[in-house]
Amino acid sequence: MYAALWRVLPGPWWVRVLILLVLAAVILYLLYFYAFPWVFQTVWPSEESTIGGGG
Amino acid sequence: MGEILLTVGVVMLLYVSWHTWIGDAIVQGEQHAAAQALADQWANENDDQPEASPPATPAPNDEPVIPVLGDQKHAAVFGIMKVPRFGADWQFKIASGISRPDILDRGEIGHYPDTSMPGAVGNTVYAAHRWTSGAPFDPIDRLVIGDAIVIQTKAGWYTYRFRSLEYVQDTQIQVLLPVPNEEGVAANGRYLTLTSCAPKLNSLERIIAYAVFDEFTPTADGPPASLTGGVGA
Repeated sequence: MYAALWRVLPGPWWVRVLILLVLAAVILYLLYFYAFPWVFQTVWPSEESTIGGGG
Repeated sequence: MGEILLTVGVVMLLYVSWHTWIGDAIVQGEQHAAAQALADQWANENDDQPEASPPATPAPNDEPVIPVLGDQKHAAVFGIMKVPRFGADWQFKIASGISRPDILDRGEIGHYPDTSMPGAVGNTVYAAHRWTSGAPFDPIDRLVIGDAIVIQTKAGWYTYRFRSLEYVQDTQIQVLLPVPNEEGVAANGRYLTLTSCAPKLNSLERIIAYAVFDEFTPTADGPPASLTGGVGA
């Protein structure tokens, strides 16, 4: 999988590394700011801090 | 195949890191910035208004007038909570209501809509997460008797003083009463109550912090000593 990704990337090795770093940063951002909060709210709805079960 | 499994494993570990540390840090940063912006906005709006003339020779024995906000719409942000014991930077927005997706999960502190507003006679009650979603009440068990719990609104600062902690079942709605835990007793003072989950990392019980009203400081007078004076040992 990663070997194939490396092969389809253009340019010399340092351009490929740069592209991969940017790609990793984008993926991390999407995970941390969108995917993980969504997972938390949908998969983990039990954390309650209120009294009387009011939500 | 091995690479895919490895990637899934790494993403799971990343989720754990988000759930445990990074998500809280992100939401805390957002909340601190948003609360600070709101406080600055209030300060500016008050500057723009003409200086209110002081009331003519207030009688010395008069009870000082404490402004009380009216009822708020659901999810309306009406205040900022500050607790010096939790750190000089610790501040979170207070919104009306205690629903999760639109208030608590955004790292805001929720005000129980059927309880008093700050400064009013009765019990003003708040809920917030103790872990995840910014975890505003994470350090709630570090409060020391006499610690200031300050609620800032556009009108000024309401200083409450922490009295005690208690652990209760989540069905003990008596903590929300006008006099906490005293059924059938009419409101006789100004109380503040915080609720959060306990023990940390699960929600079997609730941790409750009680405080009593100390003083009100109008915005024009600047931040009260309870905020600027630091915390005791």
